[in-house]
Amino acid sequence: MSGQRAGGVAPILEVERLCVSYGKVPALRDVTLEVAVGSVVTVIGPNGAGKTTLLAAIAGLLPSRGTLRCFGEPVANSPVEARVQRGLVLVPEKRELFATMSVVDNLRLGAFVRRRNGGASAALADVYARFPRLAERRGQLAGTLSGGERQMLALGRALMARPRLLLLDEPSLGLAPVIVREIFEIIASLRASGVAILLVEQNARAALQVADYGYVLETGECVLEGRAAALSDDPRVIASYLGHGKAFQA
Amino acid sequence: MDLSIAALLAQDGITNGAIYALLALAIVLVFTVTRVIWIPSGEFLSYGTLTLAGLQLGKAPGTVGLLVALAIVAGIVEVASSWRRGELARLPWRLLLWVGIPLAIALVLARAAPLHWPFPLQVMLTLAAVTAMGPLQYRIVYQPLADASVLVLLIVSVAVHFVLTGLGLWFFGAEGSRTPAFSDASLQAGAVVFSAQSLLVVLASLLLIGVLYLFFGTTLYGKALRATAVNRIGARLVGISPSFAGTLTFALAALLCAFSGVLIGPITTVYYDSGFLVSLKGFVGAIIGGLVSYPLAAAGALLVGLLESFSSFWASAFKEVIVFTLIIPVLLWRSLAAHHHEEDE
Repeated sequence: MSGQRAGGVAPILEVERLCVSYGKVPALRDVTLEVAVGSVVTVIGPNGAGKTTLLAAIAGLLPSRGTLRCFGEPVANSPVEARVQRGLVLVPEKRELFATMSVVDNLRLGAFVRRRNGGASAALADVYARFPRLAERRGQLAGTLSGGERQMLALGRALMARPRLLLLDEPSLGLAPVIVREIFEIIASLRASGVAILLVEQNARAALQVADYGYVLETGECVLEGRAAALSDDPRVIASYLGHGKAFQA
Repeated sequence: MDLSIAALLAQDGITNGAIYALLALAIVLVFTVTRVIWIPSGEFLSYGTLTLAGLQLGKAPGTVGLLVALAIVAGIVEVASSWRRGELARLPWRLLLWVGIPLAIALVLARAAPLHWPFPLQVMLTLAAVTAMGPLQYRIVYQPLADASVLVLLIVSVAVHFVLTGLGLWFFGAEGSRTPAFSDASLQAGAVVFSAQSLLVVLASLLLIGVLYLFFGTTLYGKALRATAVNRIGARLVGISPSFAGTLTFALAALLCAFSGVLIGPITTVYYDSGFLVSLKGFVGAIIGGLVSYPLAAAGALLVGLLESFSSFWASAFKEVIVFTLIIPVLLWRSLAAHHHEEDE
């Protein structure tokens, strides 16, 4: 498991033999993966493979067995809030926004863990620079936003916590192709600014284009892994996930 | 009934309604943030009145013993949970928070009682002492049950209500207390007489509601509580821990109840178990607000107060019956008007 480890730098996230089950039904079996500092790693796979479960377990929303180390420290026993405090932030598939509160309130609450460090206004300016649409909509209630705007708000809210590792669950789900492209451009620019990203996507083509490394998850198990470019050329991946020349299927 | 009687009844109803409104708001607040249906809210009202009455008589109120007892239990709970989770390093700080602060308040209360402090200071001390019991109750009872279903939390609330009533009898005794009126003045406007006492109660309630409105509308902590009420998972994902939200919520709710206890003191004689009936009326108001809407809950509580005062004129033997029967049409209306949400418990 050292395919992406560069120059002996410890990875930012190490997951070893992670198991999650819903009651007696296993959802993840012995999943092992890692995310190197400043890299984008993607997990692709079909519906029901356990991708969302994987991110929820890493974020701490679900109990899991196995080893979970983040930023070099074990986090398996710490609650969600403590992981957010350390810079491990999840943008869930359902967005989980505060629907009856304004856009700016949603964003300011994103910086809740950093309330004693100050700098929330600077972070807010950063987010507005990245998502000018959110600045236009700042006074509007989150529940009245369009799908794309909601995804931007979810991303913006996560960025307010100044994450070091961002977990993105299906950021392109249900969005128009134009907005999907925009979201992936933002992922690339986040990576350029040093944020590591673990990206779960059904849009395998776009995910593999933006990622450095990839894993293929099927029925709760990791069946394939490799550099993103290598995975894009793998016949099994092409057959199952890339199809023939369908660009940006949303 | 002529105008002056109607005005008197209305004034009475609004005064009581203002007190019920504070309880209704506390119940809505606790339910939306923690999903707890807070049956024991009335005990905090009784404790408020009885604490202030004790201070005015110059003897240490039962609150001292109650605070010490709760602090000891909270300390034991804290040691046990820190031990189990292997977080002993944080224990001293937590003990200071959960044991040190309540004990300090109890000490001040015991020392201050014979000194006959000025009335505003006595009120502040009463509010501090009863407010401290809110987070203690959350830490001991509800925090360990954070993931339980609403039904389990309700059953536990009923049990807590009985325990707190029993503790009230033990620490405060069976005699009732009444605190002196804030003011004997009255204002004459035509045929209608307003007592300054009633005006003070209504104004104080409005003031507290205004302060809470500002807290929830403008401060980060207030917004964090609203966020928890709107979306529990979303709140955790931005790092608002349920126990933090619960602690703050129970402090605010206990403050509301203690405040209403102070306000009700001059109006009626309060016994260790009087709070329950008052809180049930607040509960009817909260139900009118569907346990989620603050303005509707406050309006509902006001309606309860008015209904109670007018029915005590026309059919005084049935006044409680009439008030509590109100809940049947309200529930009917709510269940017919409600668009069904997806079940998220």
